[in-house]
Amino acid sequence: MTSVLAGSSAAGAVPSAATPIKLRVENLGISFQRDGVLMPVLGDINLEVRDGEFVCLLGPSGCGKSTLLNAMAGFLQPTSGQVLVDGEAVRGPDPRRIFVFQERGVFPWLTVAGNIGFGLGKLSREERAKRVQHYVQMVGLEGFESSYPHELSGGMKQRVEVARALAVNPDVMFLDEPFGALDSITRMIMRGELLQIWQAERKTILFVTHDIDEAVQLADRVVVLSARPGRIQRIVNVDLPHPRDISSARYLELRDGILAEVGLAHRI
Amino acid sequence: MFAAALLAAWQLAVSLHPHQLMPGPWKTAQGIADLFPHGLIAKYIIASVFRVTWGFFLAVLLAIPLGLAIGWYQRAELAVNPILQILRPISPLAWIPIAILWFGVGDMAAIFLIFIGCFLPLLLAVIDAVRAVPAVYINAGRNFGLKPVALMRRVLYPAIVPRLMTGLRITLGIAWLVVVAAEMIAVNSGLGFLIVDARNAGNRYDLVVAGMVIIGVVGLLLDYGVRSLERTSSLRWGFEEKR
Ligand SMILES: Nc1ncnc2c1ncn2[C@@H]1O[C@H](COP(=O)(O)OP(=O)(O)O)[C@@H](O)[C@H]1O
Ligand SMILES: [Mg+2]
Repeated sequence: MTSVLAGSSAAGAVPSAATPIKLRVENLGISFQRDGVLMPVLGDINLEVRDGEFVCLLGPSGCGKSTLLNAMAGFLQPTSGQVLVDGEAVRGPDPRRIFVFQERGVFPWLTVAGNIGFGLGKLSREERAKRVQHYVQMVGLEGFESSYPHELSGGMKQRVEVARALAVNPDVMFLDEPFGALDSITRMIMRGELLQIWQAERKTILFVTHDIDEAVQLADRVVVLSARPGRIQRIVNVDLPHPRDISSARYLELRDGILAEVGLAHRI
Repeated sequence: MFAAALLAAWQLAVSLHPHQLMPGPWKTAQGIADLFPHGLIAKYIIASVFRVTWGFFLAVLLAIPLGLAIGWYQRAELAVNPILQILRPISPLAWIPIAILWFGVGDMAAIFLIFIGCFLPLLLAVIDAVRAVPAVYINAGRNFGLKPVALMRRVLYPAIVPRLMTGLRITLGIAWLVVVAAEMIAVNSGLGFLIVDARNAGNRYDLVVAGMVIIGVVGLLLDYGVRSLERTSSLRWGFEEKR
């Protein structure tokens, strides 16, 4: 099993080596104060993400995935090391890098259109309306422009949040278990839609999940994290072209390989 | 049905003690009827509502931005909190002498007292509400590049509206309590004044109770007004968000 993974992680087939590095995590360590004791949550993380790459961060619950993503997005100051975007150290959140929370991030006091246009304050009224309409269509919410979030299903709310992020045309999107609260059918549909958007808009995407299938279906590379303190246990290249055949031998091979990898992490 | 039984009990209790000054429901109703043709009652209601409106809106206007700022800058809260905690248990009525000292007998004194009565509870409600705003909303706002003032206006303020509505309702109730007390001492018009005046001018207890009934009814109407405001805002938000 491990031999399969070893072979795949060496080549780096999908993101071409010529593409520039978009985001670089250097010797990142994060500790939290708990009962007066400094608890290391992440230790010595090093990661390079290329422009336009789709990377999944995979690991058991509580291993520090959200912490890592928050540090990359600038919401959390690292205890040691740093995060660089385009070679520049991240000092805080920035509209060029949008964080998509589980559907909980939509503003309940704004309509669908109001939410999607939230980050477009600098545009003229007509331009904003045009942009909003474009992304309403992209996520398939035509006819719901003036609905409030509580009138929408979980999947629709998630679409609103993705559209709100896309509307400001960010380079990077951070998604923290974005489909975690959705039913399995909606989740499958949303994955397909996200892939289509990613292919159309060529964003760099960092996607946190604890779902192995989700990671293998979506990512160019899967970063497997171990727990306490969180470290990168292995990086797996998913050398499958889109659309992916989820019953192909290679898919199952990759999935089972990661499964074994995570199972090992559980046993420690 | 229950109300009718209560009225009957009231009438019965009064008729058992015929030498008391306490009026029964019938005499009270007559008192109310007596008050209306004068036009005085309308003037008094307007005077009371006018004071409540001013005191209440001044408090709202000041407490919301201040509460947002204090709730947002946690260090400001640490500095301000001891002062708030000392001021809070002081009844607004304890300010009556100071109100008269500063503003003399008149509208300003009453408005000041209502302001004092509303401002602190409202400020504390806003600070608490800001602290309860989910971090995702704040992070999302910051992510889209909002600076503190814009963040307060576009995220923090709308996020606290449901809780704020509850706070406003409670505070308006307080304002209505305070105005009556203030008018009994600090001015010579309004519903509170009516009550004292009716007693002083020949123990007209039928008018005293009539005044009390009118105070109750107007208070109920005010509460109903804010409640319907609360309902429209929570409708827009969806009830599940109301927590
Ligand atoms: N603000 C915080 N203060 C203290 N401990 C935290 C904080 N945030 C996260 N943790 C701890 O860090 C660990 C990793 O959390 P998290 O990154 O949310 O994990 P994951 O997203 O992988 O489930 C957990 O043990 C959690 O309790
Ligand atoms: Mg998490």
